[in-house]
Amino acid sequence: MENRIWGIFLTRARVAGGRGVAGRGVFVLAAMLAVCGARAQAPEGDIIGAEPVVQPQLERRTVREDRIDTEDFEIGVFAGVMSVEDFGTSSIFGARLAYHVTEDLFVEAAYGATEAGLTSYERLGGAVTVLTDDERDYSYYNLSLGYNLLPGESFIGRNRAFSSDMYLIGGIGATEFAGDNRFTWNFGAGYRLLLNDWLALHADVRDHMFDIDVLGEDKTAHNIEIHAGATVFF
Amino acid sequence: MDFVRENSGGAARECARYLRAGGPLLLLLALLWRPAWGEDAPQTVEVADPYIELHTGPGRGSPVFHVEGRGATITLLMRKTNWFKVRTAREIEGWVDRDQLERTLDPAGERVRVSEATAEDYARRRWEAGVMGGDFDGANEISVYGAYALTEGLSAELSLTQVLGEFSESLLFGVDLLAQPFPDWRFSPFFALGTGVIDTKPRTVLVQAQDRNDRMSHVGIGVRTYLSRRFMLRMEYRSHVIFTSRDDNEEVDEWKIGFGVFF
Repeated sequence: MENRIWGIFLTRARVAGGRGVAGRGVFVLAAMLAVCGARAQAPEGDIIGAEPVVQPQLERRTVREDRIDTEDFEIGVFAGVMSVEDFGTSSIFGARLAYHVTEDLFVEAAYGATEAGLTSYERLGGAVTVLTDDERDYSYYNLSLGYNLLPGESFIGRNRAFSSDMYLIGGIGATEFAGDNRFTWNFGAGYRLLLNDWLALHADVRDHMFDIDVLGEDKTAHNIEIHAGATVFF
Repeated sequence: MDFVRENSGGAARECARYLRAGGPLLLLLALLWRPAWGEDAPQTVEVADPYIELHTGPGRGSPVFHVEGRGATITLLMRKTNWFKVRTAREIEGWVDRDQLERTLDPAGERVRVSEATAEDYARRRWEAGVMGGDFDGANEISVYGAYALTEGLSAELSLTQVLGEFSESLLFGVDLLAQPFPDWRFSPFFALGTGVIDTKPRTVLVQAQDRNDRMSHVGIGVRTYLSRRFMLRMEYRSHVIFTSRDDNEEVDEWKIGFGVFF
C-alpha cells in the first residue's frame, strides 16, 4: 500500500518537475504527508497482505540501439581571409553544417560572406570604379563531399594527444558577386582536431572557381580562402 | 542600366540581408541546443570475445590503449558513425568499433545487434535527401531534393534548383511523383512526373529583359544505384514545359547527376 502511494506521488512529482522547483517541492511534500497519513490509518495486517511476494523485474534486458546518443552532425562557424581574384584580399566569416555518413565520408553545407576590395586599375586610376559598393558584397554557399584521408592522432606537447583528420573536400555551389549569382566549383583540404567528444577545431584551404567577365574578358577566377573555425557535434 | 541592376539584384540582396541578420541567431540557438544525454538508465553489455579493444578516439587512426577481458561489463555512452564510446567498470572510457561491439552480449545473454546501412536497408528506405548538379538548357544548375517513399516503388519528392546561366539565373521549385518499377535491380530505372514554378531573373548585363515567374511541368527518366553504406548515385533527364506569358510555351531539357543519402 505504502509503495503504491509512493509510486503515484513520485510519478506526479516527476511530472511537476517540469514546472519548476516550487512545483516539485509541493508535490514531494504532499506525497510525504499522504504517506504519513496512510501509515497512521492502515492496520498492520493489510500492509502485509497487499505486498506482492515477487517484485516485478523492471530492468530492461535488451540493448536498444536508438537509445544510444548518436553524434553524427557537426555545426560551427569560421573566420579567415579570402583572396577575390583582381579584387584584393579581405576577411571572411561563415558557417558550416556537416553530416558524417561514415567514418570516412561526410557531406557539408557552408555559407560565407566577405567584401571585395579595389582592383589595381581602380587604385591607380583615382576616380574610376568597376563595381558599386553593393556589388562588392561577396557571398557564397556550397554543398560538398569530404573524405577523411589521413585519420590519426595529433600530439600537443608530450602527453596530450587528440584525434584528428586531414580531409579532402570538394563540391558545387553559387557565389553572389558583382551583381550576379555565379555557379561555383570548390575544392580544398582541411584539418579537424577533436578537442573532446563534442568540440572540434578546423583549419581549411579552399579554392572557389567561377567564370566572370567583369574586367572585359571571360575568365575563370580562382578565389582562395583560408579559414579557421570551431564546430560542435550533436 | 542602373535601374535594371537595382531591380534584379534587389530581391537577392534583401534575402542575403535577412540571412546575415538571422543566420548568427539561428546558429547561436543551434549551438545552445544540446540533446539531453542518458536520461534513461545506462545500457550495459558483457564482453563475450576473449577481449575487446578500447581506442582513444572514434576512428581507425586512434590507437588501442586498453583491453577488457571476457565477462567484463561495459556501459554504452554514445555513438559516432560506427564507433561507440564505452565506460568500463573501472571508469575507463574509450571507443569500440561496431564489429567488436557486435561480439558482446546484452543483459539477457543475446548477441548485441547494431544495424548498419546495407543494400537491404536501401530497398526499405523511407527518407532520401541529396544534392545534384547538371545542365539546364545549357546553363549550370545545383539542385537539392528530399523524398519520402510511399511504397517500395513509389515516392513523393520536393526539389529546389538554382540555375546559373550566362544571361539569366533561375530558381525552380518542383513537386514530383517518382515510380520505380524495378526496385531490386542493381541499376534501377525510375520515371518522374511533376509540376513546379520557375522564377527567372536576367543578368545585370542585359538591359531589356524582365523578371519572370512561370508555372511549369515536366516528365523525367533516370536511374538510381546503391553505392555503399548510406550512399546512392542518381542520374536523370527531364523534359520541362514552361508555360510562359508569351504566345509560345518553352521546352527545356535538363540533365543532372548527384548523390543521395537515405535514412
